[in-house]
Amino acid sequence: MQTQKSFCTFRVGSLYLGVEVHRVQEVIRAQRMTRIPGAPDVVRGLMNLRGQIVTALDMRRRLGMDDPSTTTPLMNVVVRTPDGPVSLLVNEIGDVIVVDSDQYEPSPETLQGPHRELISGSYKLQGKLLLVLNLESAISLAA
Amino acid sequence: MLDDIVKEFLVESYENLDQLDRDLMALEDAPDDRNRLSSIFRTIHTIKGTSGFLAFPKLEHVTHVGENLLVRLRDGALRLNGEMTTGLLAMVDAVRSILGQINSTGSEGEEAYEDLVALLERLKSGESAPSVPVATEDKAEAEVITAIAELSSEVATAIQESSTKPKKQRASRSKSKSANVPEENVSSAVNESTLNNVPAATSNAIAPNKELAASKQVANTTTTQKKEARTSGEGVSGGSEATGSGSPVTETSVRIDVHLLDKLMNLVGELVLARNQIMQFSQSHEDPAMLAASQRLNLITTELQEGVIKTRMQPISNAWNKLPRVVRDLSVSCGKQVQVKMEGAETELDKTILEAIKDPLTHIVRNSVDHGIETSEVRRKAGKPAEGTLWLRAYHEGGQVNIEISDDGAGINVDRVRQKAIEKGMITAEQAAAMLDRDAIQLILLPGFSTAAAVTNVSGRGVGMDVVKTNVEKIGGTLDINSTMGRGTTLRIKIPLTLAIVPALIVTCEEDRYCIPQVSLLELVRLEGDRARNDIELMHSVPVYRLRGQLLPLVFLDEELKLRPHRTDAERRSVDVINIVVLQAEDRQFGLVVNQINDTQEIVVKPLGVHLKGLATYAGSTIMGDGTVSLILDVLGIAQQSHILNAHGTRSVIDDLQGKSESCRMGISWLIVDPQDGTRAAIPLSSVARLEEIRSDSIERTGHQQVVQYRGQIMPLVSLNDMGQVEPDEHGSLSLVVFNDGRRNVGIVVGRIVDIVNEPDQAFSDETCETRIIAGRVTRIVHLEQVAMNA
Repeated sequence: MQTQKSFCTFRVGSLYLGVEVHRVQEVIRAQRMTRIPGAPDVVRGLMNLRGQIVTALDMRRRLGMDDPSTTTPLMNVVVRTPDGPVSLLVNEIGDVIVVDSDQYEPSPETLQGPHRELISGSYKLQGKLLLVLNLESAISLAA
Repeated sequence: MLDDIVKEFLVESYENLDQLDRDLMALEDAPDDRNRLSSIFRTIHTIKGTSGFLAFPKLEHVTHVGENLLVRLRDGALRLNGEMTTGLLAMVDAVRSILGQINSTGSEGEEAYEDLVALLERLKSGESAPSVPVATEDKAEAEVITAIAELSSEVATAIQESSTKPKKQRASRSKSKSANVPEENVSSAVNESTLNNVPAATSNAIAPNKELAASKQVANTTTTQKKEARTSGEGVSGGSEATGSGSPVTETSVRIDVHLLDKLMNLVGELVLARNQIMQFSQSHEDPAMLAASQRLNLITTELQEGVIKTRMQPISNAWNKLPRVVRDLSVSCGKQVQVKMEGAETELDKTILEAIKDPLTHIVRNSVDHGIETSEVRRKAGKPAEGTLWLRAYHEGGQVNIEISDDGAGINVDRVRQKAIEKGMITAEQAAAMLDRDAIQLILLPGFSTAAAVTNVSGRGVGMDVVKTNVEKIGGTLDINSTMGRGTTLRIKIPLTLAIVPALIVTCEEDRYCIPQVSLLELVRLEGDRARNDIELMHSVPVYRLRGQLLPLVFLDEELKLRPHRTDAERRSVDVINIVVLQAEDRQFGLVVNQINDTQEIVVKPLGVHLKGLATYAGSTIMGDGTVSLILDVLGIAQQSHILNAHGTRSVIDDLQGKSESCRMGISWLIVDPQDGTRAAIPLSSVARLEEIRSDSIERTGHQQVVQYRGQIMPLVSLNDMGQVEPDEHGSLSLVVFNDGRRNVGIVVGRIVDIVNEPDQAFSDETCETRIIAGRVTRIVHLEQVAMNA
């Protein structure tokens, strides 16, 4: 059976990633961030989202990319989690796209390292792959 | 999923059960209290009726047997004794556990409660077979209870004789009550539970009179009882307030979901933040209308904030109510006699804090009964009343709530504690010997510590006091123990009123602002110029500052947060200003060096997300007036991380001993003064209460004595030079050293204050030595006690 899903897409470094759209609360521009000395590297800081304090996680660091301190400010993809909203910092926001389930394929065995946990599979789009970000492991810092 | 009606039933019944516990305990003291008996009977009857209607046969059966016993008690066929109370309390427990089952699983559970039913049946038939093991009390206990019961019935008669007015009231109330009862019976079972509130409330309204009498009766000896009971009529209004069960409360109150209150609290928090933002904004604009509007907003917000906080406030009696029952059960099983006295039960606390202290309180109380209070024989031998007393006290003080739990038991054997700590390898024998008793007692707060000779099922397993301490600290409180051998032990818990909105000091460090809760703030010290460069000394590699002669360990916030590497000596000497925030962590003080001290603000504490839970340095975050997020520093966490306190949050013993020997080597701090007669004088700084400067025209006279008004009191003045009249300097001002001899303040006019110096305590010096060389000059030593005698 063929089902359709909507994905909110974004770019982190050279990766084209997506999370299911119903998990995303909102997408906003770069916000003023308060750094947290002593926190893990991935945690970039805290921001004020209309009176709510949201932790921002740097997806480039989370995905094990070298941190080129880019001058372009990062965008926020605010996702809903059981412990309240968390912001994912990404390089660029893409479109919301609709994909068919038969385009999906789980990650190949050759995908190793931190990515294996973080990327659950991909949708074969025309000309590129949309990698499905595993939100649960992306926002947990234990891995 | 539970039906709404079942949920309603559970909520109602839980409330009723708590009341039942209290009623039964009170009834034990006054078994002939008809009103109370009827109230208990009605409660059980309601539960029985509703459970039958909702098809909970087990619950119905248990309550039915209990009801049968109560009928005979109410009709006077039986008289309540200790065994029956135990049986009835066991029934209440059974009902509670069945309700718990229903709450979690929706069904009544497996247990059949046959033993309980048999016990209740037997009690109802009036037999008292001592061979049955369910009755845990020994005979002596039962006798005592009967004796108390007899005494109290005397008192009950005395009340009825003496206080006619309340009696009338009671009569009229009970009329209205009896009018309600049939109504209740007629109404359908669905309405029964709600309607039942009405008679329960009426009986509550009458109850305080009796309750007060009962509690007073416990408090006093037989001879004074009647007198007390006679006066108790006047105390009714106070009593009903204290027990929180006046009828108007039920009539005008609304039951609100706690989540809704939490949400309101959050919203008010947001409002406070928005208010702060607007206040900041309006100050930068010179628009009077805007300013007026924002000031009004400020006032309303503050009032609203207070109001919402008040809705979450609950009297501490909510946490205490359980305790008499705990004490009773425990004292019966330990074979001890313990009475509980409460003071300040109406003291209010935030609901979350109340929840958080419930368990620690229970634990402390169990400890007191189990370890603290001795058995009757031991107590008699020690010349104390056979019955031990456990006091629970609560009161507000300086924006905090103090809760004291004290007993008149054996107290803590400090030498045993020392010995035990050495055995367990927590401290060395030398450390133990050097420790003050007060400090040694705090050792029992260390994890894994227990002096109990035998481990009982109640306590003594060495987990506990450290958990209590951790729990109290989690809500920003402190725990303090005082004990006198043979006299008793007092535990004092200090906790903040509310957690959500706290006053805080805002500081800047490396461009970021941080908040420090003001509860831990002691004072601020600012060093400028040469003092900033030279007054920070190094003890090995640890920076310290001499604050009034005491070494204050310093923590540089930016270094602690690893925002910069540790300062080199040269860097330390090149600064112009040093801001020290003196903080209190447990019983230690330390100085936190920050770049800048901004101001104080009411901040709304928001918890940190899961990603940051592991960081001990921060207690939470908040949103500042300009909308940026700031971190709230956890003073205890910082103290631990920087080894001011050791990892368990207890005072590091070794540090402490080193600190002490260091301060010995430092010698005595002297206040050097110039009495303006060509000599020098030195006053031991430790005897000085304060240094003040006053205008000479503020000096007044009474007779020959020169006095000034100081802090609302009259303070006599004496001069240091020739003990004569005081002369102002050319600017018309006088330097005073304020000395307090424990009864009053005396102002000693010292001419000019020169300096404060530290001198090593010379071995040959003694108290009678009247002059010595200090800072290169011959200096007269002044003993303020002697000078003050001239005033």
